[in-house]
Amino acid sequence: MDTDTIAAISTPVGEAGIAVIRVSGPDAVRIADQIYQGKSSLSEADTHTVHYGHIIDPDSGEQIDEVLVTVMRAPRTFTREDVVEISCHGGMVPVQNVLEALFSSGARSAEPGEFTKRAFLNGRIDLSQAEAVIDLIRSRTDRAARVAMHQAKGRLSQLVRRLRQDILETLAHLAVNVDYPEYDAEELTAQTILERSRHIKEEIEQLLQTARQGKIYREGIATAIIGRPNVGKSSLLNALAHENKAIVTDVPGTTRDVIEEYVNVRGIPLRLVDTAGIRETEDLVEKIGVERSRQALDEADLVLLLLNYAEPLSEEDRKLLQVVRNLTAIVVVNKTDLEPQLDLQEVKESLQDIPLITTSIKREEGLDRLEEAIADLFMEGRAPSADATYVSNTRHISLLKQARQQVEEAIDGIQSGVPLDMVEIDLKNAWQTLGGIIGDTVGEDLIDQIFSQFCLGK
Amino acid sequence: MPTSGERYDVIVIGAGHAGCEAALASARMGCSTLLLTLSLDTIAYMPCNPSVGGPAKGHVVREVDALGGEMGRNIDKTHIQMRMLNTRKGPAVYALRAQADKVLYQQEMKKALENEPNLVLHQNMVEKLLVNDGVCEGVLTRTGAKYYSTTVVLTTGTYLRGKVIIGDLTYESGPNNQQPSINLAHHLHDLGFETVRFKTGTPPRVNKSTVDTSKMEIQPGDEEPRAFSYETTQYITDQLPCWLTYTNEKTHEFIRDNLHRAPMYSGVIEGEGPRYCPSIEDKIVRFADKNRHQIFLEPEGRETLEMYVQGLSTSLPEEVQQSLLRTIDGLEEAEMMRTGYAIEYDAIVPTQLWPSLETKRVENLFTAGQINGTSGYEEAAAQGIMAGINAARKVQQKEAVVLDRSQAYIAVLIDDLVTKGTNEPYRLLTSRAEYRLLLRHDNADLRLTELGYQVGLISEERYRRFVSKREAIEQEITRLRNTTVKPTEQVQQLLRSLQSSELDNAVELSKLIKRPEVKYAHIQELSPPEKPVSPEVAEQVEIQLKYEGYIKKSMQQVEKMKKMENKRIPDWVKYEEISGMSSEAREKLSRVRPLSLGQASRISGVNPSDLSILLVYIEQGGHTHASG
Repeated sequence: MDTDTIAAISTPVGEAGIAVIRVSGPDAVRIADQIYQGKSSLSEADTHTVHYGHIIDPDSGEQIDEVLVTVMRAPRTFTREDVVEISCHGGMVPVQNVLEALFSSGARSAEPGEFTKRAFLNGRIDLSQAEAVIDLIRSRTDRAARVAMHQAKGRLSQLVRRLRQDILETLAHLAVNVDYPEYDAEELTAQTILERSRHIKEEIEQLLQTARQGKIYREGIATAIIGRPNVGKSSLLNALAHENKAIVTDVPGTTRDVIEEYVNVRGIPLRLVDTAGIRETEDLVEKIGVERSRQALDEADLVLLLLNYAEPLSEEDRKLLQVVRNLTAIVVVNKTDLEPQLDLQEVKESLQDIPLITTSIKREEGLDRLEEAIADLFMEGRAPSADATYVSNTRHISLLKQARQQVEEAIDGIQSGVPLDMVEIDLKNAWQTLGGIIGDTVGEDLIDQIFSQFCLGK
Repeated sequence: MPTSGERYDVIVIGAGHAGCEAALASARMGCSTLLLTLSLDTIAYMPCNPSVGGPAKGHVVREVDALGGEMGRNIDKTHIQMRMLNTRKGPAVYALRAQADKVLYQQEMKKALENEPNLVLHQNMVEKLLVNDGVCEGVLTRTGAKYYSTTVVLTTGTYLRGKVIIGDLTYESGPNNQQPSINLAHHLHDLGFETVRFKTGTPPRVNKSTVDTSKMEIQPGDEEPRAFSYETTQYITDQLPCWLTYTNEKTHEFIRDNLHRAPMYSGVIEGEGPRYCPSIEDKIVRFADKNRHQIFLEPEGRETLEMYVQGLSTSLPEEVQQSLLRTIDGLEEAEMMRTGYAIEYDAIVPTQLWPSLETKRVENLFTAGQINGTSGYEEAAAQGIMAGINAARKVQQKEAVVLDRSQAYIAVLIDDLVTKGTNEPYRLLTSRAEYRLLLRHDNADLRLTELGYQVGLISEERYRRFVSKREAIEQEITRLRNTTVKPTEQVQQLLRSLQSSELDNAVELSKLIKRPEVKYAHIQELSPPEKPVSPEVAEQVEIQLKYEGYIKKSMQQVEKMKKMENKRIPDWVKYEEISGMSSEAREKLSRVRPLSLGQASRISGVNPSDLSILLVYIEQGGHTHASG
């Protein structure tokens, strides 16, 4: 039943210097070939061969990355379909860009566990693994559902909902013109639909714009580690970096020195601010003073404030607690391996909603909880700054592009004089595509809209 | 009269729009058929509006006709006017609607039933189904007669525990004071069927001699002859007009003053009414800012002065209705002949049916029409013909015929019902169809007549005519693809006269016809075919070429849908033992028991990961079944 071609990153992001994107399906080779530039085309390649070349952005024509592409033709592949694997340089940016290019060229984002599912359905893997496949689909879906839920509360979903409502009202109006031709609703004209469609297209463009600028997707979450001298800032940095391995970025001008500024915590990219300062002086606050550090803190999306468990709360600590109260922050009480001197109760009282984690970085205790807390903060919707309308998810980007394409088709249709009830098909498709972003399935929405918007009856 | 104990292939209960089609289909397919009705005087009765067709509904009438049903032929013989609606829109939504002569419509349908060789028509009330071990074997009537059959089709309309409501007056009744069916309703409960209580309503009727039509807009029929049936060759030219007027502030104020007497608001009505058919009191409350509502006056027939007041459905008390009417322009002196009323009735929850319309609970029992939660004569006829076909095929031990959503509005209707259920009387709308462009009024025969022929409802002669039409279309399309025109003066002049841009190079006729302003007639002028083609063929050629791009796009979506549809769900699937599926999905799937993955995907609350899990489970079990 699966005849479309799917693509996904098949190596964990940031875990290696190289990331592999897997494409599977009948059009795998053709789609990859569209964005590939090398000595010869992939369509002519023999099965199970590797090719050196570049991936080109289909929109801009620019080179995205230098890659090795493996072409494997059915049936001797993991899924028993045609498979192409693209090895990119591991950084977030090129990998996401390559994936996006594949989506633009006709692949769709793989569902959780879909490669394995296809392998199973095509008889490639053995029966005993079937249960595991179900577990895989389930577990990944749970996570996806949590993410979707978070997004359902977020700004992106608000924007998409508003956009869909605009389209829905137009669809309902068109539907009434068709289904109740004698009803005294104003007959929508081509001009009105054209204007509305253009407006919808602009809105989608704007969302895609945020995708291009998407702070988190591009740069990661700007994270500042602050605290008094000797509280363990450097150790925390090293621990985070060590634990998660640094991401290699391809940002021009970056050197190995700054590479370690990027760490990947449970899939969330953190960009550690002023790391060099921490390393050199072991004290950001001391160096620039509390007042000035405030400015630096304002620019951070996430602040990790370290307190020393083995010392009583100082005046400086209190000031810092005051400062972080209005920020997205986590307070880390470190050195729990030593005798307690800190009044934890006082800290907790001044924190309000800010999470508190106790750690002993030295004994490698509590780091898990810290990572959990970071993940919670950015997955559960309490996320940071106002400009964080993240269209960061490649699936969303590909859906938005698809919707834009459908609206463009509607516009083309109107301009070439196609009857409006046919143009409606394209608009309805766009509405459904956008629904995929917020997880809405096909329902009775349109019918409901018709009868709430118009007074019809016998 | 049939004697008690007699045996038939198929028994149909109820002779409304569903029952008539079911009985005719079964009889025409060679099954001995008994049609039982409460009253021979209400065969094919139209208790509400005197019209057939309109958007989506008219499409359905064409489909019923293309399959070999009766509704199209019958209305072609008995209408008082016909209009093609939406002619300024795309061909997918052209919709034919007829105003019926109600009495004539009934008489003609009765004649068709009476003249059908395999059909016995008998007046009697069915009180019980004879069910043995979960299998329906016949019926028991109020007079104590028992009739046996292999399959039974139940089409009870709004008669099941029917209750009429007018103001605070309520009484047990079928539509228009017919006797209601009470015992059968209780019996269905005893058999374990889950039912819902629905409500619908009808407006008052007025005497035309008391109506001042000079204050109204005339709504005539089309001058061009129209017909629903592909077989109709004789057209009615003498047509009667309808009339349009409006409610006004006086009307609205009067209704607001009397709202406390409306059963909708006083709590007398429990049944769920349809949103697309609100009573006038409902419209005034819900759309308070609208200062007038349309009211159409439609003749109920040629030999009567009775007129249907469309737009004024109400269950307000009788005297309120009379005064209400008189606030309307042109109805100041109107004499109300029948009072509007609301009616509540039992419908069975349609997810208890297979897509064949056979019930899951009782084998060999089929249901069709309003009992399945729909509304409308056309929706009823559509289910009737399908239930009739499948009841007969069950007798013939053949597989059920289930249409898919890309084939017919009939399929959209039935699939929606059995897959999603409905919480209000279900009405077809073009917006319910995903592949509207493929389900056009014009191509119902191309979609369904082959099938009608295969099941035995289309005669050899009609089929031959159909095949030669199909061939002519293909030939002409091929010709237009292979013929080019050069930018000669004749061509350029024609294009100029159409305000179309001139040609730079030679172009295929199939491309030229894609221009919005170019019609088949123009093509014919530039390059006539060897043998002239009929207008029906020309219409197909033009539509199929002009909208080729959009049609292809729809076809691609259909391909995708078909893949899901073709993945059957075997009957050994036990949803309760599938781990990992959401509990909502599990509950809904075990209730609906979809036959294919496609059907499963249309159940709300069943998401793609549930489907993936189901698929893996099936494959796994499939291997076990094969090896074990």
